[in-house]
Amino acid sequence: MSTEVAEEKVVKKSEALLSKRRKKLVADPLNEDNPITIQVLGICSALAVTVKMEPTIIMALGVTFTIVFSNLLISLIRNFIPNRIRIIVQLAVVALFVTLVSEFLKAYNYPMYKVLGAFVGLIITNCIVMGRLEAFAMGNKPYDSILDGFGSGLGYAWIILAVSFFREFLGSGSILNFKVFQALGIPYVNNGLMVDSIGAFMILAIIIWVQRTKTGYVEQ
Amino acid sequence: MDLVNLGIKSIFIDNMIFAYFLGMCSYLAVSKKVSTAIGLGAAVVFVLTIIVPANWMVQQYILKESALTWLSPQFEGMNLEFLQFIMFIAIIAAMVQLVEMIVEKVSPALYGTLGIFLPLIAVNCAILGGSLFMQEREYQSLAQATSFGLGSGVGWFLAIVGIAAIREKIRYSNVPGPLRGLGITFIITGLMGIAFMSFLGIKL
Repeated sequence: MSTEVAEEKVVKKSEALLSKRRKKLVADPLNEDNPITIQVLGICSALAVTVKMEPTIIMALGVTFTIVFSNLLISLIRNFIPNRIRIIVQLAVVALFVTLVSEFLKAYNYPMYKVLGAFVGLIITNCIVMGRLEAFAMGNKPYDSILDGFGSGLGYAWIILAVSFFREFLGSGSILNFKVFQALGIPYVNNGLMVDSIGAFMILAIIIWVQRTKTGYVEQ
Repeated sequence: MDLVNLGIKSIFIDNMIFAYFLGMCSYLAVSKKVSTAIGLGAAVVFVLTIIVPANWMVQQYILKESALTWLSPQFEGMNLEFLQFIMFIAIIAAMVQLVEMIVEKVSPALYGTLGIFLPLIAVNCAILGGSLFMQEREYQSLAQATSFGLGSGVGWFLAIVGIAAIREKIRYSNVPGPLRGLGITFIITGLMGIAFMSFLGIKL
């Protein structure tokens, strides 16, 4: 696996806390290098939890938390991990943080824990987390890794929030469980296709289409 | 008969890809050619059929509340379920390694085809997802867990081989630039999902 090292300039003084290069670490995954639409990672959970916005927000928070902290931990111990067993070490670290998220959710928001069900556990195999650990945290300093994890988390979050917004709006006629069409008095027949998995595929495809038209990215 | 029904249900109705989106990453990444898709699909079937029952036993005899009483009665009421994720992922990683070594020893030909895909499988959501669903749906026996694992694997296999075949053909079509690759694959998957929805009507 190739490890991308953020361009190592000869830094004479200590670098500013939010230098240009570091801002890029956070900003890049939002659009140009988005984990979902460009790198094609973390699709499983992105689609499964996006029927309603509320679980989606929880999921986005959970994933961001997991990426940031496992990036930090792996980055701290990166020089002590034998190369051959690094995948297992990474999995164990991620599993640790996912267990924290899951226990936290079980204690403070049990209904949401039931709704998300197995998908909290599936953050472990979320390719974004593993991908960032493998591609970034294994070769970079802790602070940079935190920023990188935060950027990837946000890039993931805004895509799944957009998907869930359309799915809930068109599929259940509501936003964050607030019945918009009913409140406005507009008769609207819920579109069952959006609640189903098919709606998720279609909406994500449309988001990708729009985004790639803007950035001009073409595959192959 | 129940077991057969459960298997068929998990192939068509509760399809891993079309109903639960599990294993999408490798589904999208490795579906450019039918031959590689078949290799990965076979590996997933193989591993799911072994790992779901293995994790069922872990769940039943180690993690569940009062599960350790077979060891000594003083473990009555002990609940280790918070260790579930770490245990499951450890079992999966270990099993995948083990399967890789056994296959290499027993059948070098099969290893040649599956070889590169086996390590990938440890981080395939479909495997962990299968284990977590198995726990969530509370299957009562080892046979049920095996049937569920096999069925889910076959369902995943069908999905990836199907999409790979379509993608091989669509390479010659004039797809709008920004939609090429990922975008059109999603749309096709959605359409395939609609086809699979027709199985919902079957009552088993």
